Amino acid sequence: MTDEVREGMNRRSLLTQCAGWAGAGALYTLTGGIASSISLDAALAATPRHGHGGTRPFTFLQISDTHIGFDKPANPNARGTAIEAVEKIKALPNKPDLIIHTGDITHLSTDAQFDDAAQILSGLGSPVFYVPGEHDFLDEGQGKNFLTRYGKGTLGTGWHSFDHNGVHFVALNNVANLKPGGMAHLGDDQLAWLRSDLAGQSASTSIVVFGHIPLWTVYEQWGWGTDDSAQALALLRRFGSVTVLNGHIHQIIQKVEGNVSFHSARSTAYPQPAPGAAPSPGPLKVPTEQLPTMLGIRTARFMRGNEPIALIDQSFA
Amino acid sequence: MIGFPKPARRVALLLALAAPALGLGATHAVSAAPAARVQTVSIKMFAFTPQMLTVTPGTTVAWTNADEDPHTVTANDKGFHSAALDTDDKYSFTFTKPGDYAYFCSLHPHMTGRIIVKAG
Repeated sequence: MTDEVREGMNRRSLLTQCAGWAGAGALYTLTGGIASSISLDAALAATPRHGHGGTRPFTFLQISDTHIGFDKPANPNARGTAIEAVEKIKALPNKPDLIIHTGDITHLSTDAQFDDAAQILSGLGSPVFYVPGEHDFLDEGQGKNFLTRYGKGTLGTGWHSFDHNGVHFVALNNVANLKPGGMAHLGDDQLAWLRSDLAGQSASTSIVVFGHIPLWTVYEQWGWGTDDSAQALALLRRFGSVTVLNGHIHQIIQKVEGNVSFHSARSTAYPQPAPGAAPSPGPLKVPTEQLPTMLGIRTARFMRGNEPIALIDQSFA
Repeated sequence: MIGFPKPARRVALLLALAAPALGLGATHAVSAAPAARVQTVSIKMFAFTPQMLTVTPGTTVAWTNADEDPHTVTANDKGFHSAALDTDDKYSFTFTKPGDYAYFCSLHPHMTGRIIVKAG
């Protein structure tokens, strides 16, 4: 066990040095810090091992950036690809215990788009936990439409936490009250809440943090980062396993810092350019046949205790 | 503070009284009609172009979003602000008083711009 951890950490350090920007392929898993190709079926069929402290292996899903209402050339049918994502999730051999949606549910925060998204996502058949993206917070009420639907039982602009089978999930909002010239922002109130929320957790608890915009600086020039994330990370560092799941940038980018691993996810709607690969971010038009390879969903598999959560990204292709 | 040209102010006031729910954006749009001078700013590729614009008092500045992503025009001091602008949506605001007006996109705050208003 000790050797396994140490080896994992060494490989993690190596990963940090040489693969800080690694965009992964269609399928990968991250176990013990080692990224490798794996087939989805094989991953999900792996024999479950019983964990410590009464936890049991389980899977959950991440879906992101559905952008219901988007109909521009980069994907004239974002509604159709969201439905396709739901179908793929329903077809998975193992039903996930829960699903997290990392924001940009809608494209323009309208009632009609929220209603349509709710109708489409209601087909998922598992409980879904939401955080807003900036596209869900652009109504005149600055998030009123989102919070009316998904804010029940949450604090501030929608932050909350919950526990599932020994894993502590923390949902953050970093798209509200953004400051001129800055990036995404958590704000003092949310950070104070995070401090008290984490204070009661044992360092051996596996932590999953999810929020829309990456909590590490992917590319400052495009605003792809959170300007006060260092304060959040300082609170997370004492935990043995922290998995940070984000959306916003519509592509898989990962980074490992000590026991904290960061992962951005694909969108179900349209791709965006790699950081700095285009004059600006925004919807990327690719040849039609290429689009399915750039959209996707993510399965996360928790095995036990402090072991890193394995992530399996599945494209539509 | 920033005001409307006089006729527009009256219209705006009436509108505001008649339908408070219209909000700031709607009343500002009305102010664009009677203004004699109009300057444009393009919102394209996640940038305001020109990033800095100098105008004379009474000039209406009209922003158009050419991106596929929505953006806003939001004064740093919130003195004026647009609703979210989808592709090809426009927003205009008339600057009556000299000053240096910094603004940004409240959805993508790394996008910043300035309108400098000074007598010509």
